[in-house]
Amino acid sequence: MNYKIVSNYLGRILLLESATMLPSLIMAIFADGLTSAVAFAVSIAVAAGAGLLLIFCFKPKNRNIFSREGCVIVALSWVAISLFGALPMTLSGAIPSFIDAVFETVSGFTTTGATILTDIESLPMSVLYWRSFTHWLGGMGVLIFLLALGPDGRGNGMSFQIMRAESPTPTAGKLAPKLHLTARILYSIYLGLTVLQIIILICGGMPVFDAVTASFSTAGTGGFSIKNDSFASYSPFCQTTLAVFMLLFGVNFNIYFLILIGEFRRVFKNSELRAYLAIVGVSVAAVTVNVLKFFDSAKVAFHHAFFQVVSIITTTGGTTLDYEPWPEFSHVVLLILMVVGACAGSTGGGVKVTRLVIMWKAFRNEIKKLLHPHAVPTIEMDGEVVERSTLARCGVFFFVYMILVSLSTLLLSIEGCDLETNLSAVLACINNVGPGFGLVGPAMAYTCYSPVGKLLLAFDMLLGRLGIFPVLLLFVPSTWNGRK
Amino acid sequence: MNIIIVGGGKVGISIAERLSYEDHNITLIDTDTDVLTEAQETLDVLTIEGNGAAIDTLRRADAGKGDVLIAMTDADEKNLLCCLSAKKLGCRHTMARVRDPQYSRHIQFLRDDLGLAMAVNPEHMAANEIYRIIQLPSFLKRDSFDKGRVELVEMKIAEGSPLDGKKLYEASGILGLRVLICAVERDDTVTIPNGSFTLRAGDRITVTAARIDLAVLVKSLGLMRQKIRGVLIIGCGRIAEYLTDELLRSGVSVKVIEKDRARAEEFQLRFPRALVINGNASQRGFLESEGVDNFDAVITLTGVDEENLIISMYCSHMGIKKTVTKIDRNEYLRLFSDRDVGSVVCPKELTANEIIRYIRAISNSGEDSIRALHRLVDGKAEALEFLVTDATPHIDIPLSRLRFKQNVLIACITRSNQVIIPNGNDTLHPGDTVIVVTTADRTVGDLRDIFERDAVRN
Repeated sequence: MNYKIVSNYLGRILLLESATMLPSLIMAIFADGLTSAVAFAVSIAVAAGAGLLLIFCFKPKNRNIFSREGCVIVALSWVAISLFGALPMTLSGAIPSFIDAVFETVSGFTTTGATILTDIESLPMSVLYWRSFTHWLGGMGVLIFLLALGPDGRGNGMSFQIMRAESPTPTAGKLAPKLHLTARILYSIYLGLTVLQIIILICGGMPVFDAVTASFSTAGTGGFSIKNDSFASYSPFCQTTLAVFMLLFGVNFNIYFLILIGEFRRVFKNSELRAYLAIVGVSVAAVTVNVLKFFDSAKVAFHHAFFQVVSIITTTGGTTLDYEPWPEFSHVVLLILMVVGACAGSTGGGVKVTRLVIMWKAFRNEIKKLLHPHAVPTIEMDGEVVERSTLARCGVFFFVYMILVSLSTLLLSIEGCDLETNLSAVLACINNVGPGFGLVGPAMAYTCYSPVGKLLLAFDMLLGRLGIFPVLLLFVPSTWNGRK
Repeated sequence: MNIIIVGGGKVGISIAERLSYEDHNITLIDTDTDVLTEAQETLDVLTIEGNGAAIDTLRRADAGKGDVLIAMTDADEKNLLCCLSAKKLGCRHTMARVRDPQYSRHIQFLRDDLGLAMAVNPEHMAANEIYRIIQLPSFLKRDSFDKGRVELVEMKIAEGSPLDGKKLYEASGILGLRVLICAVERDDTVTIPNGSFTLRAGDRITVTAARIDLAVLVKSLGLMRQKIRGVLIIGCGRIAEYLTDELLRSGVSVKVIEKDRARAEEFQLRFPRALVINGNASQRGFLESEGVDNFDAVITLTGVDEENLIISMYCSHMGIKKTVTKIDRNEYLRLFSDRDVGSVVCPKELTANEIIRYIRAISNSGEDSIRALHRLVDGKAEALEFLVTDATPHIDIPLSRLRFKQNVLIACITRSNQVIIPNGNDTLHPGDTVIVVTTADRTVGDLRDIFERDAVRN
């Protein structure tokens, strides 16, 4: 294990984090009080100091990053940015308990959007901004941002391992010959869409600060809002805009790249995109019919059904109303959508539509094999053969996913909440959705759990965001011991 | 530049690595997923799975917008088809590896129709390189510049050599002729030395001299002067074929040992004047029974690197003065630097050099800017040949008044057939050919690249 390169990357990530706190500091100086300004100044100094220490105390002899180093760099970086990102929240007094602040920051970076705050509007502006910004940075990936800044050594392609570990997709690929250019393309698309959304929201009459934070939160498919009632108080136009952009950010970013280079045929034929839109369409229709009696007109029912469905499937988790009173059928639809999640290569979480499509094809193959024992089943997606190893990894992913969900629910149930609350809390966290049902429903916060329970859920969020395996690798002894 | 490489074999990967280091955008096409996964994890390249000769694959690789396509698959026909298709799609330059000697003539015939910028034949280049080494057996390596007028030769300073313990500025006096020692390798590091550098026994030095002065150099250093008259070649692949042809024509007697009976017979029929033996050269006692000590040089050309290395080491142990070893994988070569394996020839490296020279030339606009590129001391330094034109900066200013970048040396200037080993008073003049030596971490593609920003000292 190349510890020095790991520490080098950790250091650079912390420097990057401290740099991204600067806008909050400026905001704190001008809009909030001395406490917030000091909180951010101290946090920036601590993060930058720790970063410089890590960079200058351990100079890497070589820049070799293998699969092991890639996973460890990513997992530790996320833990580190969450711990340091929680500092300003505690220091400013916005969230006095450090564990609560860590939960909130992990929830931010992993774009979960689960909160422990009951009165959000009382927070200082700078903390609100920082909270929403963590969504934006975590949505596309912090390390991918770092990779976009410049190449790691001339012609060295080993940082690809980092990109692969940070993208929770079954297969990661490049868009351009150079990794840093690929990262730049992804971030340009991301930034472009975000700016477009901000402009449309402002034109729709939303205040600038609200438009910026709401856009950060939906671009990263996070779900934090700066209002106590999530997105309920905005105009229908703004709500629709938010929903449409959520839907867009739940699409694989490779699709936008294909659009940019004019390959429209491949866009229309993309099986993941088709499946994703089909699932959204069917779910919206089912929920609309189911909740018809709660609203004055079918149009309003459709509006809210669309927003909620899109918000849950893209794992954003922002809401326009409290869906607790909705019928059980709609609840189950939303619960299933939490697990489905967005497209691979998007900013959304969940199991990902790609995996489901692959597993569905594998299932059909099994049936075919029973009927024709000598058939030669192959799985193909968008003109490319799905390797057996990819298939096997998907299967194992499902298995580990089920184990982790069961285990987390089991551990949470020690604390005494009901099954609906516990199960939906675990699913909402591991799929990076945010609100669940029962005591963790959209109108409530995650206040019913003890600090241990909160840490467990924060851990689930990290597992979900990073595709489970990189985080689990931290607990395998042979990761750290080169001889095993 | 956007460069597409078809075929991720040894040469393909090696070129991808070096060009990606030189900051080009590389797309690698291969049919083997494992090769691509490996490349993706170690090199900064885009990989595409598919048959590179198929138009669909080339479209996916965006070959129409490519600047260069390099076809390096196993099959000559496929390489040519690949280049033809890419050219038709709009790729600016195409290069192919064409190995079959029968096609070499074909290429000249079809060159314009195929739109080929360059066809490389690794085996032919290797055979030429070996032939040139054999001509002057005292040197480990020989690179010719400026149509053979200037030579860069590599040699080891032996214990008790007149150069042992001497400073560089004394060298010309000791040797009795103007030479320039342009690179010294000691303990795995390469230095571009200045005049006060002290040489030691065991150093591997690269010396620039005029072709006509090489004989004097050999004499004054007390090196082997005997001409090579009998050569033993082990393994008769394509390199052996080209080499035997050349050697027989220059009157050297050739004996060839080949394991495979059918191949041996075929070879004997093709070269009636050579003596072909069917047997296993790595078998104990076989070489003695074939009278290996009667030969002036042994050249190992089997398909297995390890076999070549062992046979060469064994032969130098037996007292053969000159051994040439062909190696396909030169990554581990430095492990052998202390043992005496003699001269080493690596076809892969020669091919890569040729392609990289061409690409550096075209990426610096003028296709003539780099005229030759050779890698010295196991690829740790490079020697490049340039033509000085009116556009070259700082012409006609004495070199001592110019500031060059670190680790850059002007090794030689030739002006109308006259070879000048330069000192501070010499100048660059339009029409001159200059040879520049630099360490390999610096990418020089143009003469401009060797000067500091404010190059002229007052």
